[in-house]
Amino acid sequence: MSALSIRDVHKRFGPSEVLKGVSLEMGSGDFTVLVGPSGCGKSTLLNIIAGLERQSSGSVEIGGRTVDDIAPKDRDIAMVFQSYALYPSMTVRQNITFGMECRNVPRAQREAAVSEVVRLLQIEALLDRKPAQLSGGQRQRVAMGRALVRNPLLFLFDEPLSNLDAQLRAEMRMEIKQLHQRLGSTIVYVTHDQIEAMTLATRIAVMREGVVQQFADPETVYNRPANLFVARFMGAPPMNTLPARLEASPSGSVAVIGHGEGEIRLPVPVEVKGWIGREVVLGIRPECITEPTRHFGHAPDAVLTIAASVEMTEPTGAETIVVLRLGSERALGRVSADLRPRVNEMARFAIDTRKINLFDPATGDRIVS
Amino acid sequence: MTHTVAAETRTGRPVTFGILRRLPEHLAIWVPLLLSAGHLVSFALWTVWISFTPSTLVPVSGWVGLRNYTAVMATRNWQIAFDNLLLFGCGFVLLSLLTGLLLAVLLDQRIRGENVLRSIFLYPIALSFVVTGTVWSWLLNPGLGIQKLVNDIGWTSFRFDWLIDRDMAIWTIVIAAVWQSSGFAMALFLAGLRSVDADLIKAAQIDGAGPIRMYRRVILPTLWPITVTVVVIQLQFAITTFDLVRALTGGGPGLATQLPALVVYDLMFQRGLLARGAAAAVLMLLILLAVLLPYAGWRYLQRRQAAHA
Ligand SMILES: Nc1ncnc2c1ncn2[C@@H]1O[C@H](COP(=O)(O)OP(=O)(O)OP(=O)(O)O)[C@@H](O)[C@H]1O
Ligand SMILES: [Mg+2]
Repeated sequence: MSALSIRDVHKRFGPSEVLKGVSLEMGSGDFTVLVGPSGCGKSTLLNIIAGLERQSSGSVEIGGRTVDDIAPKDRDIAMVFQSYALYPSMTVRQNITFGMECRNVPRAQREAAVSEVVRLLQIEALLDRKPAQLSGGQRQRVAMGRALVRNPLLFLFDEPLSNLDAQLRAEMRMEIKQLHQRLGSTIVYVTHDQIEAMTLATRIAVMREGVVQQFADPETVYNRPANLFVARFMGAPPMNTLPARLEASPSGSVAVIGHGEGEIRLPVPVEVKGWIGREVVLGIRPECITEPTRHFGHAPDAVLTIAASVEMTEPTGAETIVVLRLGSERALGRVSADLRPRVNEMARFAIDTRKINLFDPATGDRIVS
Repeated sequence: MTHTVAAETRTGRPVTFGILRRLPEHLAIWVPLLLSAGHLVSFALWTVWISFTPSTLVPVSGWVGLRNYTAVMATRNWQIAFDNLLLFGCGFVLLSLLTGLLLAVLLDQRIRGENVLRSIFLYPIALSFVVTGTVWSWLLNPGLGIQKLVNDIGWTSFRFDWLIDRDMAIWTIVIAAVWQSSGFAMALFLAGLRSVDADLIKAAQIDGAGPIRMYRRVILPTLWPITVTVVVIQLQFAITTFDLVRALTGGGPGLATQLPALVVYDLMFQRGLLARGAAAAVLMLLILLAVLLPYAGWRYLQRRQAAHA
């Protein structure tokens, strides 16, 4: 039985179609992260799951039960909002117990539930304060507490950390991950933050203009993006996408970037018979272009060393981003922090050819063997 | 405009040149503003000064200390006006608050024809108080208005003669004033209701709050800053009410609807007791300050809190 299944959900606001047939299937204990550019319909989808918004067509099932005609309060869900949406006139305790108050849960039971959640989140000291007297991080915790106390089938998070500063965000991210591991809850989580998506998710759904582009585990989404949009959207700096031609060679297919003198030939890891002699888009992540002494997971035969001219370097502290020329195309590489390749000179780089992706230039879709 | 000014300053020409170029605008803004502010302040000061002189029909100089004040406060006229003001002020503010809130909550249900209804409720504000007072004086006139209508329909024993009832007449003023200004309260409350964070309502929906609990526990508590503002604006209207009463009851029957502004008018222009009238006016100003100063302090605290949060 799946914890959440969304079947072909469409949503129209007047003339504009915001969701165009979204289908997702989640198992119990899954942590699904929804990512996508602003306005692609993530919040709308979350609202439909919560029952706060009615889909134009399609259906939603939570815990094996169709909930299309069920009110939000009876869907057995809890939601954490970007603005936290704490009730400003209530104390922290009242905020946490408001749901139980609405469901007429006996007072003793409420108190027990509160004290458990409060211990879990370490907000005992805040119970009698009003939201206005809390810091951003504390408000976030209270919002989490309000969701946790319900112990629902499904948690919905809409960019819960985006109002926190970077340090607090990293802390809370860790805590959410621990909570998920500890409680085994099922979560749908919307975020703009790549790192949140990669670190938290067991599954990532990448959306664009109301269409799910790829729904897979983070590793697959990152290393084998379903199309050019996903390739460029995930990862910072984004994946290099360069025009290339495929040619046959005795040892397998090679992708050729550039022409004549400066051309670069990269063996491709997939069998692409139908594409020999045709133009493709080659995708390679910046971290797969690095200094020649690097070993990529001890797969020496996959490493190709090339010479390329360096256009610019950007030391970020943790590493140095290098802008270089591959063939005649500009690409980004990432080398160790203490390396500073000289600008406008040739330098040698190792390329991890296992992680090369090929895309159809016409449709943008990934070319699979 | 700003663009050229900036360019001139950069090229080293004096900034005053820019101000000169904008002279018409400055004249249009500052002259009327200074004139009206000067008017207001100088007449207020003049009134204060007069209130300490022995002036009667014409202003004269001289100093009588607080004599005019004690004299005014000792009159039955003023005492009744003050009591009436308390009754009228509280009744009017509470009722217009409640009516405005009720209308706002009803309009907030996203009903069809909201725009039309909103205009209708707001419409009375556009009327002069004299018009309101006159119309209500007809409506409430037992031989002419509501009572006559109901009697004519057949309910002959129906009585609605508050207008000529000494004990109830003050409530006719309340009714007319509420009719006139609850639309204003409604507009402010409606704006407040509409600006409630949509996430707050979603959270309460998920928590399972029904409509009544939603309003009582979640939405209405966010409105109290607006409520304070409405109360203060209505109170200062109540304190300075003049034309409405003039047109509706003229302060009668007897002194039943006498209010401080009427006392001022009566003393100054009908009995020719300029200094006493001025003293009464200054007393009104003090009552007004008793409302406005705490409000200003409260606003200041609010803003400081907001700045700290
Ligand atoms: N109530 C509404 N009426 C009309 N259009 C709406 C409504 N709600 C959302 N939309 C539109 O639907 C689209 C998707 O909105 P949504 O809030 O789901 O985006 P999102 O992916 O959550 O974006 P963000 O990352 O900025 O939060 C937007 O173009 C938005 O303008
Ligand atoms: Mg959103």
